[in-house]
Amino acid sequence: MAAVAPTNQRLKTSLRYLLLVLVGAVFIFPIIFMVVSSLKPDGQLLRDTASIRAFLPVGDISLDNYFAAFKRAPVGLFVFNSLLVTGITVIGSLFLCSMAAFAFAFLEFKGKEIVLSLIIATLIIPFETIAVPMLMVVNSLPSIGPDGLTWGWLNSYQVQIVPFLADALTIFLFVQYFRDLPKELIEAARLDGARWFQVYSLVIVPISGPVFATAAILKFLAMYNQYLWPLMVTQSEQFRPVMVGLQYFFQLNTAWGEVMAYLSLITLPVLAFYLFLQRAFIASIASTGIKG
Amino acid sequence: MSNKQKSLQSHPLAGWLMTAPALILIVLFLVGPFILAFGFSFTNQRLISPNPTQFVGLSNFEQLLGVGVLTLDPERDDAGQVVLDAEGQPSYPRLRDYTRNNPDYPQYDGMREWFSFSTGDARTYVLARDTVFMKALTNTLLFVIIVAPVQSGLALLLALMINQKLRGINVFRTIYFMPVVVSIVVVSLLWRFIYDGRNGLLNNLLEFLTFGHFQPIDWLGNPDTALFAIIGMSIWQAVGFHMVIWLSGLQTIPLTLYEAADIEGATPWQKFRFVTWPGLRNTAVLILVVITMQAFALFSQIDVMTNGGPLDSTQTLVFQAVVRGYEQQNIAGGSAISVILFLLVLSISLIQRYLTRERT
Repeated sequence: MAAVAPTNQRLKTSLRYLLLVLVGAVFIFPIIFMVVSSLKPDGQLLRDTASIRAFLPVGDISLDNYFAAFKRAPVGLFVFNSLLVTGITVIGSLFLCSMAAFAFAFLEFKGKEIVLSLIIATLIIPFETIAVPMLMVVNSLPSIGPDGLTWGWLNSYQVQIVPFLADALTIFLFVQYFRDLPKELIEAARLDGARWFQVYSLVIVPISGPVFATAAILKFLAMYNQYLWPLMVTQSEQFRPVMVGLQYFFQLNTAWGEVMAYLSLITLPVLAFYLFLQRAFIASIASTGIKG
Repeated sequence: MSNKQKSLQSHPLAGWLMTAPALILIVLFLVGPFILAFGFSFTNQRLISPNPTQFVGLSNFEQLLGVGVLTLDPERDDAGQVVLDAEGQPSYPRLRDYTRNNPDYPQYDGMREWFSFSTGDARTYVLARDTVFMKALTNTLLFVIIVAPVQSGLALLLALMINQKLRGINVFRTIYFMPVVVSIVVVSLLWRFIYDGRNGLLNNLLEFLTFGHFQPIDWLGNPDTALFAIIGMSIWQAVGFHMVIWLSGLQTIPLTLYEAADIEGATPWQKFRFVTWPGLRNTAVLILVVITMQAFALFSQIDVMTNGGPLDSTQTLVFQAVVRGYEQQNIAGGSAISVILFLLVLSISLIQRYLTRERT
């Protein structure tokens, strides 16, 4: 009897691993397929889909599709635009939202509670429902450029950045984190004569690394992967981010090798970033779930 | 007055100064457009128009939501026999005789057939003033009704699998979560190839699994399968997100409860039913609401994969709001759809509030 139990246990464990691996294959094989296909010429790519070769970097492997993708579209410009817009928005929103959250968490002022609950109430407005009227708003905003004062923000960087500098989720994450910090820190700094902005920047920000990481990851993913808004506001190539740039690649006779190269190019850096920081990524998603 | 007391008092100036930038932006770019959406939906606003904007009352909504039911008897010959058409089916009077300038039926004017069914000899036509919108509405609801339970259920199964005490389990967690960080736009284009009718991976896989008996399907080109193909892909991409939220819920359940259940000799199912599930109620409501809100916003997949086709079988509310508000520059029409969408989302979250309140 004693010998049966361990074997049984081992069988059970093996079955568990088998199930985990099969499910894992469902999630990872399409991504492997994307990367592997980006290295193959179109003819071979299509033939290979009939066999396991679809997931193996075999046959005529090269980076030709990547060169072709760069020829077809200004890929470098799209990447630059995406990084610029995403970078400025992430940094700006971390600053503005954490500062506002600091005031909501530590300062007493009239109307604070009602304003904060109104902000949190906006969480139930999906962006998609305000995208169309938002077009009217940005279309009637003034901008100062080389032509003097002009109206309308369409086709610019600011139209992709400014509307997303403050959002309820980011403020909410910071408020939650700040509320758990010891109040004595603030009192001590105030007694030392620090101004409120100094308390925020010199006392609170340095000890809030985890929430800044969480908010940065969520904002980064949301901004880098944005599609609907940049699609509507960037008719001219000059300001387009990578996701809108995809449109250059879906035409009638799709060159799938080039498509896969472009998809890999704009996805692999994010995946690498994720694999490198996966604990922080997963923790940040989990923290959106911790609500009252 | 000491410094300490001073710091405990109210600080309206500092408070408003520090919140002002964020507040102004939220009012300008969130609250403002939201109120405008309601305002525009009662007008004939266009993005650029030479004519002044006019208040049109509820006519945008009447145009979108107008439906009518019309039951027609088959045509009979002089002997009272039902006239059959070339295919042996009863023939009916032409619908357009009722919906085009027929003074006897003003309520049907301008409507088109949405769908129809037979009851005995008679045929009942359900007419809609805007059939594309109606398809968008029903497709969106179908998407939500399928995705919300299936995706949250699968996410819970994955979370339970990942919550096992096994060596290397984090590797699997990392893999299951991976599609979440890939843009849905990228995923959509990738899956267009997977769903391809000729060289698609899915067809090849199914052929392999059935030893060649499977007939290839053009998943996205067939009105019967297109929406379901998009549903499958959407779940694949997002399920890891909700797995992580379930997982953080699972980890709040005290281990002592499981130990107690072990002592009582509970089966794995009993442990799930009486320990795990009660501990997950709040998480369950949250996940259902988050998935429902995300599902109502279905747009990118449609834009990249099908453009609403074939035969409007994948039209959605957001897709139609964008087509009208942006491509056709009909801000009023797009806003009216947005308002309907928001009211749907709002009613779902009110139901959620009600469900959580009932408990406490």
